[in-house]
Amino acid sequence: MSSPGNEVGGAVTAAQTADAVLTVRDLAVEYLLEGGTVRAVDGVSFDLSPGEFLGVVGESGCGKSTLLFAIAQLLVAPAEITGGSVVFRGQSMVGLTDRQLAAIRWKDLSVVMQSAMNALNPVKTIAAQFKDAMRAHGMTSKQEVADRSAEVLRMVGIDPVHLKSYPHQLSGGMRQRSMIAMALLLTPELVIMDEPTSALDVVAQRSLMVQIKELQEQLGFAVIFVTHDMSLVSHFSDRLMVMYAGRVDEFGPTRQVFDSPLHPYTIGLMEAFPSIRGPRVPLTGIPGSPPNLASPPPGCRFAPRCPKVMTRCREETPELYHVNGTLVRCFLQAGEGDGEQ
Amino acid sequence: MTAEMPDARGGPGVTDRDSTMLLRTEGLTRHFRIGNTLSRGILHAVDDVSLAIGERQIVALAGESGSGKSTVARLLAKLYRPTSGEIYFQGKPLSAIRSRKDVLRYRGEVPMVFQDPFASINPVFRVSHGVMRSLKLHRPELSPHERRAEAERVFEAVGLAPAAEVLQRFPHELSGGQRQRVGFAQALALRPKLILADEPVSMLDVSIRIGLLNLMAKLRDEQGVSILYITHDIASARYVADRLIIMYAARIAEQGPTKEVLARPKHPYTQLLLSAVPDPRAPLNIGSETDRGEPPRVINPVPGCRFRWRCPLAIDECQTVTPELSELGPDHEAACHVARSGAEVRAFG
Amino acid sequence: MATLAPGGPGSPSEPGQGTPTAMPGGGVWPTGGLPEGGFSGVRSLRRMRRAITSNGKATVGTGLLALFCLVAIFPGVIAHDNPSAEIYGRALGPSGQHLLGTTAFGQDIFAQVIYGTRPVILIAFGVGLSATVIAMLIGVAAAYLGGAWDGVLSLITDVLLVIPAFPLLIVIASYLHGASTAVLIAVVTAVSWSYTARQLRAQALSLRNRDFLEAARVRGERSLYIILVEIIPTMTSLLMASFLTNALYAVLFSSGLQFIGLGNPNTVSWGTMLYWAENNEAFQTGQALWIIVPGLCIVALGAGFALLNYAFDEIGNPALRPVKSMRRKRVLPR
Repeated sequence: MSSPGNEVGGAVTAAQTADAVLTVRDLAVEYLLEGGTVRAVDGVSFDLSPGEFLGVVGESGCGKSTLLFAIAQLLVAPAEITGGSVVFRGQSMVGLTDRQLAAIRWKDLSVVMQSAMNALNPVKTIAAQFKDAMRAHGMTSKQEVADRSAEVLRMVGIDPVHLKSYPHQLSGGMRQRSMIAMALLLTPELVIMDEPTSALDVVAQRSLMVQIKELQEQLGFAVIFVTHDMSLVSHFSDRLMVMYAGRVDEFGPTRQVFDSPLHPYTIGLMEAFPSIRGPRVPLTGIPGSPPNLASPPPGCRFAPRCPKVMTRCREETPELYHVNGTLVRCFLQAGEGDGEQ
Repeated sequence: MTAEMPDARGGPGVTDRDSTMLLRTEGLTRHFRIGNTLSRGILHAVDDVSLAIGERQIVALAGESGSGKSTVARLLAKLYRPTSGEIYFQGKPLSAIRSRKDVLRYRGEVPMVFQDPFASINPVFRVSHGVMRSLKLHRPELSPHERRAEAERVFEAVGLAPAAEVLQRFPHELSGGQRQRVGFAQALALRPKLILADEPVSMLDVSIRIGLLNLMAKLRDEQGVSILYITHDIASARYVADRLIIMYAARIAEQGPTKEVLARPKHPYTQLLLSAVPDPRAPLNIGSETDRGEPPRVINPVPGCRFRWRCPLAIDECQTVTPELSELGPDHEAACHVARSGAEVRAFG
Repeated sequence: MATLAPGGPGSPSEPGQGTPTAMPGGGVWPTGGLPEGGFSGVRSLRRMRRAITSNGKATVGTGLLALFCLVAIFPGVIAHDNPSAEIYGRALGPSGQHLLGTTAFGQDIFAQVIYGTRPVILIAFGVGLSATVIAMLIGVAAAYLGGAWDGVLSLITDVLLVIPAFPLLIVIASYLHGASTAVLIAVVTAVSWSYTARQLRAQALSLRNRDFLEAARVRGERSLYIILVEIIPTMTSLLMASFLTNALYAVLFSSGLQFIGLGNPNTVSWGTMLYWAENNEAFQTGQALWIIVPGLCIVALGAGFALLNYAFDEIGNPALRPVKSMRRKRVLPR
């Protein structure tokens, strides 16, 4: 459990905390279940600068999706934010009423879900769904709505003639693009994406990623992109946050994390991707499974699977250590880096 | 640096035309009627697929969704009957396998492992249920005690230990990776010649996939089993497969030894696939012609190459004549008019 | 059950790993009856008991049901009088010797109520079981076999479904002149199974393409085996619900038939009590208990089945459970 006064992700870039679009401090999310509480997110902190692309990476059960939902205030019982803060554009999100949230949603902060088929209304045309979103925020002029709808579709590379289509008439890639178009209707400052490409094939995935990056550079919105596939974000994100068992294990500039990963989990994860090019070497992956969060192991949560585990790791929980601009939660870095902030 | 993995089996000497292949298909085709009385259509799920799998070989069947790879697996598993074409297993045609006894024997020699670890095991029974039933059906000569011992043996062979303890668990008590291992154990218990693995790792976490892929290689090496590995992930195909078959829109686009196909891809689609695979170690090069298309659903197709709408190299012939597989390298075939004409194919990436 | 780790135990194959801890288990139902499947009766009974005691509706429902079953099995222990003997004083009010008074014919009402429980319980369980079994065989077979089989079976189901149940019952029962318990069970079953068959078919259809069924097919299993052993055990919660629903409606239908005189009025049952009481204008002549008590019993037994039905819904599907509110920790914005 991280102690107060913990490190700040914003120290990693030049951005000042005051300018940050999103500030998350010590966020904790728990699920109240019959067998006990499960801490799905345990003390996550970071700052997000305007226009920044943050990749959140981890495997199933690491808490990345829960983190996303917590930020967007979309958690449903039995999940609840039990600690920490989420400050969006200077305003605390936790504790806002539904009406206050509705005003922010889509206008300043929008969400792209994993599967468009689940998120798009199957009985409404694309145009109707766009109109709903815009109407909800006070855009009533028919012309305005029509123009903007066509404009966002063009932005994502879809011919506006498809406004009249129903979701099932579009291909998978087009559906995902319309979801992204919908998220951009009101030019939000922050777009949160939960594995928007995982339902797509590799070619469509790649073109969608390129599209997202282009749009981001064009319109200047910040992105939090959650995925289990590190290599997918490797070329697109500014900073990369690796999560494991509800905690942040490594957090730093993407290139740096890829070129010199420090946390044994990150290293293990990278080595678990067979490569298309380069020599074909036998890989081992990471033995074992993530811990049961209902009763997590004491100390470092990766200790049971760590190839470099020390006695200390099983007894104490490592803090995030600052090493050359990257934050690493590992005792191996305790001596090397600047030490605790 | 760790030593490179030994090179694939499947170089020259193991040819498709070899009739002593473990499994061979000729012109395998499967169509489905879709639509209602108002708008009939014929969905071409698999068209004219001729492939071969040798002994002790892992053959990867790769393609995107709608390419027909899963249908091929189900045809080989005798879950569907081919619309036309034939499948030969150990030289004998599958259509001749009719009686329950023969079908059962075939199923014992060619079992299947499924994609979804959460849906492929009956949640109501312990994990021993499937493997014990398999043994009872296919190896009736064993006594219950021997069956139990055999179940434990295959569980150990796939890395589920202590086997006696894991056999007593329920599926929801196992992780996704462990469940997939149970799937392989069930197949292994039959002492199969060929395992049909339908995307066995795509629903698993990345760090677990390698373990399963290594298991597949181990099964090939130690148990002498061949595996048809169906996947959409070329990188994992490269890691584990001896031969690579690329399917597009129900047809085979390219096939050959894995190393050869990946080093010298002849079909523009193969090149597109390779260029789209994210590789963090390689610098990003996004051309302005980033392909936006998706594989088509093949309904009532007209002749001509099915990739022509996305292919930057399409020539006149591609619009009218459906290309056939032709040999363009050592045991390396591709179905492309441009490649066959000898021109250099550099379409993507 | 919401889980956050893909599987609690670390892979047991890792050296140095201790005995892995088991994940909190899922459903309640006794699983797999085959030696291959492995079924620990004791373990699942224990889980069932825990599930029942933790859910209010289940506790009350089980209690009611248990009470009536006991009464049905051992009526003589509770009521010492002969229910049919018309030997007591007529239309007496409640007293020490006659807890609920006597009927217009001099029978002890309390004894009648007690002895009248058995036929009702028999009908409830009899119809519940047979309607569910028939519906299960027909519905699941229709779904799994598909094609022409589905067409024929569904046609039969639909025809019976469309005909209103109670009027059909009246027609059949009046034709049979004074239906005994066995006849009532058969008749009510015939009228009730079609609704459940439809439901079970729908659920089986959704299961039909599940991978584990394909896996069974690829394994070489026969269709009948797959239906009975692979599909049906996964439908236990719906089967339980249909049993309880059919039992409930059986109680209501059969009592209704007896009330309008189509049962055998010479047997002692709650429904026949209502019949005789109504014929003798029990309310108007101050023998209100004669008509009220059997009515209340019908309501209570019906409520028992209904409560259990809701309770098992909740036990089987955690999403339906009432969400306990967490003690809200004050989250102070910084």
